[in-house]
Amino acid sequence: MTATLVKEASRPAAASTDDVRRRPRRRGRIIALLFVLPALLLLGALVVYPVLFSVGRSFFDASGTRFVGGENYAEMFRDPATLKAVRNTAIWVVVAPTLLTGLGLILAVLVEKVRWATAFKLLLFMPMAVSFLAAGIIFRLAYDEDPDKGVLNAAVVSVHDAFTGTSSYPTARARDGQGLTKQPDGAYRTTAALSPGDTVTLGLVGVQPKDLPGGAEPAHAAAGRTPGPDELRGVVYLDFTPGGGGEQGRVDRRESGLPEMRVEAVRDGEAVASTTTASDGSFRFDGLSEGSYTVRLPASNFAPPYEGVSWLGPALVTPAIIGAYLWIWTGFAMVLIGAGLSTLPRDALEAARMDGANEWQIFRRITVPLLAPVLTVVFVTLVINVMKVFDLVYIIAPGPVQEDATVLATQMWLVSFGGGNNQGLGSALGVLLLLLVVPAMVFNVRRFRRSQR
Amino acid sequence: MNAIRRGLGNGLVQAFLVVTGLVWMTPLAGLFLSSLRSAEDTATGGWWTVFTSPGQLSFDNYSALLDNSGITQAFWNTVLISVPATVLVVVIAALAGYAFAWLDFPLREPLFLLVVALLVVPVQIGLLPVAKLFGQLGLFGTIPGVVLFHVAYGLPFAVFLLRNYFAEIPKEMLEAARMDGGSEWRIFIRLVLPVGRPAIASLAIFQFLWVWNDMLVALLFADSTAQPLTVELQSQIRQFGSNIDVLAPGAFLSLVVPVAVFFAFQRHFVQGVMAGSVK
Repeated sequence: MTATLVKEASRPAAASTDDVRRRPRRRGRIIALLFVLPALLLLGALVVYPVLFSVGRSFFDASGTRFVGGENYAEMFRDPATLKAVRNTAIWVVVAPTLLTGLGLILAVLVEKVRWATAFKLLLFMPMAVSFLAAGIIFRLAYDEDPDKGVLNAAVVSVHDAFTGTSSYPTARARDGQGLTKQPDGAYRTTAALSPGDTVTLGLVGVQPKDLPGGAEPAHAAAGRTPGPDELRGVVYLDFTPGGGGEQGRVDRRESGLPEMRVEAVRDGEAVASTTTASDGSFRFDGLSEGSYTVRLPASNFAPPYEGVSWLGPALVTPAIIGAYLWIWTGFAMVLIGAGLSTLPRDALEAARMDGANEWQIFRRITVPLLAPVLTVVFVTLVINVMKVFDLVYIIAPGPVQEDATVLATQMWLVSFGGGNNQGLGSALGVLLLLLVVPAMVFNVRRFRRSQR
Repeated sequence: MNAIRRGLGNGLVQAFLVVTGLVWMTPLAGLFLSSLRSAEDTATGGWWTVFTSPGQLSFDNYSALLDNSGITQAFWNTVLISVPATVLVVVIAALAGYAFAWLDFPLREPLFLLVVALLVVPVQIGLLPVAKLFGQLGLFGTIPGVVLFHVAYGLPFAVFLLRNYFAEIPKEMLEAARMDGGSEWRIFIRLVLPVGRPAIASLAIFQFLWVWNDMLVALLFADSTAQPLTVELQSQIRQFGSNIDVLAPGAFLSLVVPVAVFFAFQRHFVQGVMAGSVK
């Protein structure tokens, strides 16, 4: 795993001591011990001893006085908060390394095709230099729920609105008994039947004059126009005269039209025509056949504005934090896979191209199988790292959703130091973290011993 | 025909990578622009509004930051923790790495296997026991305590890396130096360290980065006078919105140093991070 840089060491020269100029053996050993002593002392006191201590401590209760056997380990899978941490860590371990390896592979293959590959690799690798704390602050900003503040929701809302359109009048409503009836779905419909040749005025209230779209014009003139014989005309206007005066249900001189309002002509329950009001609130349907119609203002005019995604809400907080993790680690996966890619035999790829294989076939049938060992190394390395993720969760998840986002490392912290104050359970969680990396430990030791033979 | 298709494909690839690059830059750009705006501006609109009203931008937050004794103290603490923790790891691991590679002493092989096994031990398991130990020794809460913890947990990887690199030194070179009557100490200083420079550089950069960016260890082991920038900033995160004029420039300040190191020593940086990624 510590691959790439560390070349497999050749056999160390244990024989160097019985070489030509044999030194006094004892003296040499003492010097050697002086060389390793600082490292061994520190490792013994601050790493090995704590591991043993934690294992022992995990069999005692919170105060450390009573032996409880495996009780803390059983508690781990009973306590809902800890169970949540186990589940979230499982999600992390499956999702993050998979996405990172996939993304790293795609980018590593693609970046080989452009001339500015080095610049691109540098750019993507740079977040590795940024602390989880700084990354956490960056993404707390980016994930802000208010689309006016968080860049992600700003993007989501503008894409959403580009496809579905914005509703301009979330607060508008009609007065009772003035010609418009509210439908169950939030739309408004004229109470009386209309036929071509009629003019209809649809008054709404509840819109602040300052919220009117720019360019809205008074509706009075439009309300007075006469329709043609096969034409249904009308205005949608704000039935409110600024500064008072004016009569309810009438288009007064200074009352404004409501532009950009969707209007539908309905016959037998079916919308047969639809249009949008002009800047003075006027609309017209022409070419209507004889019959009885109603005019409808569909609910989309009054829908509350789309607010985007609640990234840091309980449901999405873990995926959101994994997203931040991807920002940091994708460059790592890409560079490591890229290094593996450069060792692939060029002639195998060339031969396949000669045989007329397309890029996708080459990628699928040659590159990926040959890269499998490198991909495994990347994946396993990421799994080990992901299991210990702490800072990012601690920083990004806002206080109230902290418990929805919790992972083993944060839970261990909370339980031991952050108010839980149960060092028995805390130690058990620490031991669980250690147990999870034991396979990697065995793998490292085996690989090293093999390399020494 | 094929050439056209390939050209088109390449155009798509370029476009895709350009977009990806822009997406990757946006978070950092957002942080930097946010760090130049007042908390009130940030509360009413996103950082992208500076493109339409650049008047919001000013270095006021940064000058306030320099007058904020909590932040400046924390910045120095970060330096006072990172530099010794890096130097000590390099020195101690180089000594041990040389001994493990070329000197003879009892239990050399099993001890080195232990070091290899310790490579992946999570920091978390050491927190509680070492805190108790440091409490008894009077090191809890102090900068030397934080440094020692980082050194200990940096050592397995450091010893592993350097021992493997030193083992590659040709035997004849060492033999010749011994023939000339050099002591092991002289050989270590005059021969091993210079030859091992690339590995030492990668190690030093990795360790520096690791310690500079650490929050977890310092969160527990540093009291309020010893706490580094990361801990000082996280203590303000509860009032995220109202403290953004401290958090954003503070975060930027904390990442300027490692990013500068990154650009100054790209190759060693990448190698160090790659090699140390198991930690």
